[in-house]
Amino acid sequence: MKTKIHRLLTLLVIFTSAVVWQSCKPKAPASVAMGDAASKAFVPPGKYDEFYNVVSGGFNGQMSIYGLPSGRLFRIIPVFSQFPESGWGYSEETKPMLNTSHGFVPWDDLHHIALSTTNGEHDGRWAFGNANNTPRVARVDMKTFKTVEILELPNSGGNHSSPFITENTEYVVAGTRFSVPVGDKTDVPISSFKENFKGYISFISVDPTDGKMKIAFQLKTPGVSFDLARAGKGKSHGWFFFSTYNTEQAYTLLEVNASQKDKDFIMAVNWKKAEEYIKAGKGTKSKAKYAHNVWDEHTHTGVSTIMDEVLQLDPAELKDIIYFIPCPKSPHGCDTDPTGEYIVGSGKLAALIPVFSFTKIQQAIANKEFEGEFAGIPVIKYEAALHGEVKKPGLGPLHTEFDAKGNAYTSFFVSSEIVKWNVQSLEVLDRVPTYYSIGHLSVPGGPTKKPHGKYVVAYNKITKDRYLPTGPELTQSAQLYDISGDKMQLILDFPTTGEPHYAESIPAELVMPNSVKIFKLEENKHPYAALGEGQAKVERKGNQVHVYMTAIRSHLTPDNIEGVKLGDDVYFHVTNLEQDWDVPHGFAIKGASTAEVLVMPGETQTLKWKPLTTGVFPFYCTDFCSALHQEMQGYVRVSPAGSNVPLKFSTGKIDDQSSGAGQ
Amino acid sequence: MKTLKPLSRLVVAIAALLMVSAYFVPLWQILMWAPQYPEGLEMDIWINTITGDVKVISALNHYIGMKHIEVEMFPEFGYMIYIVGFLIGFGLLTALINRRFMLWMFSLLLVATAVAALVDFWLWGYDYGHNLDPTAAINIPGMSYQPPLIGTKQLLNFTAFSGPDIGGWIFIIAGVLIMGTLGFELYTQKKKV
Repeated sequence: MKTKIHRLLTLLVIFTSAVVWQSCKPKAPASVAMGDAASKAFVPPGKYDEFYNVVSGGFNGQMSIYGLPSGRLFRIIPVFSQFPESGWGYSEETKPMLNTSHGFVPWDDLHHIALSTTNGEHDGRWAFGNANNTPRVARVDMKTFKTVEILELPNSGGNHSSPFITENTEYVVAGTRFSVPVGDKTDVPISSFKENFKGYISFISVDPTDGKMKIAFQLKTPGVSFDLARAGKGKSHGWFFFSTYNTEQAYTLLEVNASQKDKDFIMAVNWKKAEEYIKAGKGTKSKAKYAHNVWDEHTHTGVSTIMDEVLQLDPAELKDIIYFIPCPKSPHGCDTDPTGEYIVGSGKLAALIPVFSFTKIQQAIANKEFEGEFAGIPVIKYEAALHGEVKKPGLGPLHTEFDAKGNAYTSFFVSSEIVKWNVQSLEVLDRVPTYYSIGHLSVPGGPTKKPHGKYVVAYNKITKDRYLPTGPELTQSAQLYDISGDKMQLILDFPTTGEPHYAESIPAELVMPNSVKIFKLEENKHPYAALGEGQAKVERKGNQVHVYMTAIRSHLTPDNIEGVKLGDDVYFHVTNLEQDWDVPHGFAIKGASTAEVLVMPGETQTLKWKPLTTGVFPFYCTDFCSALHQEMQGYVRVSPAGSNVPLKFSTGKIDDQSSGAGQ
Repeated sequence: MKTLKPLSRLVVAIAALLMVSAYFVPLWQILMWAPQYPEGLEMDIWINTITGDVKVISALNHYIGMKHIEVEMFPEFGYMIYIVGFLIGFGLLTALINRRFMLWMFSLLLVATAVAALVDFWLWGYDYGHNLDPTAAINIPGMSYQPPLIGTKQLLNFTAFSGPDIGGWIFIIAGVLIMGTLGFELYTQKKKV
């Protein structure tokens, strides 16, 4: 009996220890928004969000507009990629906007947003975005939420370090991610990197009245990779800070070969000094081919001009423009705090965050505290520029934003969290997990002199199990945290479109009152506009047929067109005669190899159509405009090339020869 | 010559036969979680191979300079089948020969094998966690990444767990049965005297 009990006991011990053992395994992290979270992100139906959230679309090449704190998506603004739903990049008017020195480029990769500022504060005028692939900067007008200008950047191999702006939007910068050979010596061996490859930084001036962009000057810098940048502000206004990587100057397997040095650089640029050199005539004009595309609000048309010259400065010869500051391990984010005193470098492979002091940098320059030179540029001693280091903040720091209370918020890709720390004391105050592997983060007004604070949004790179799965391809995930208290609180998890990188948020009251409702018909200067149904017509110019078409609820004029022949190019210039808010009309025709065009009230847009067979082709309004939207349709008759069918057009006219149908 | 009780012989035979499972189920498991791997990553060590998310784990670990895990890295997989075969054979022989010294030998053999296996695993873990590629992208001074021998350990953003898998548990049960039998034999003999 005793042995039985003994044996049973032994078995029991084994069993329980096995159970205890299993339960010792760590659990996957739980992630539930707690307490009053839902009410904090809730915007009641019919009410407005507090902030416009302007979000880069990454590989969709567009910008998207969300509301905060609701996370609702309001609009995708086509910028660098064709957008068939509105005809952007397909209509005759918008095609020039995507013109480059390489011809028409239908796609790009938009990474970063910069909202225009005056005195370092948001002014709600423009949003700038960068094209990472075929280097360009775009300007979106915040009144119409339309891309109104795109400027290409010569001598750049990829515009990643862009479009960061100075305090009064004097300049938008564009630093190249890839150094490339330039000028006459472009057909060189890749292995001649050190000798022939250069990194160029463009300073694009922005006209304070109309926002027009122009490359003011380019700085010729050593062949490294420029990653991100921020302008100085307040006391550091006049300076710009760029993070660099690949100071190893590797040209293959950068994953390993560009990660060897303990420190890369933050490049400090004294752009006021550069301006002095320009004024003194020290710039050299250099041949360069690049496109400058400008949208005209009155002709509703983009015009592309190919430019052929750019002004350059060589900081290796012209002293005091640039200085390097060592920064640990391939810095990514390079962010200046609201006072302009502190510059935070986030070495994405580093185990600490260095914070540099602008005052100390100035002292180090004055006292020549240099540790040497890199390609002819002085390198400031690390300790001489350092305010201090945030110790053990997390793994894989990427970007830092600021609130108005002296706190910084840094995103950590590897440890997938946001860490809040004090800029002065460098003390870590709080950390929250993000889902999963955050890239950029955004505090409303975070990069300005007066952050609006209140929220921080995490834009994550990995979505996995956050939402209902949709096959291998998933939406991107974002989380919204309330930062008004001492502790960050998760209040919303929302999907985002494209692949957001950087984003900015601006109070609704700075943008909403200026939002345009319609384009005025009397200001429409489109050469093919029909400003009333009486002006609707069809004209033949050789093998081009131009249809001056009007759209108003609920008919298109003309809606019967005959006399088009095979071999003709037919241009439908559709003018929306409506002058009422939110009554767009669309236009599409069977077999068109372009897209639809979506025409806003008072606007004219042109769809080009080349019929490939004879017959009668239907067209219709694609935007549900009215109760009789479904009746808003018509026909084009296409006859053989040599046919003698006369060109004619009408709306509401019943022909005698017809069989009586429609009478 | 001391013999064994019939029940002891039966238990020893059953324990030896239980070890046959080692050829069909994984023996050891290494589990890993990270914030971006809430579903966890798993590595199962069998008698002659490694299965599970080995490629994913190797791809992640290359950033810190750890070696790519390959079955060929482990000579153990070449001879473990024979060691376990020998243990099973020895166990069955113990039951067959019916001598207590054989049970003693078998128990010592099992303990020695278990200790040797853990030492071997620890040595591999030490090398895997310390012998890092100096050109690795992420190089944190003073940081090494030796996986835990048994239990849980935090390694950068990963929480790693190491412990027996089903085959390992069966082995442990077999070991406990053998030890228990030896204890039972010694205990009942003492009682008689």
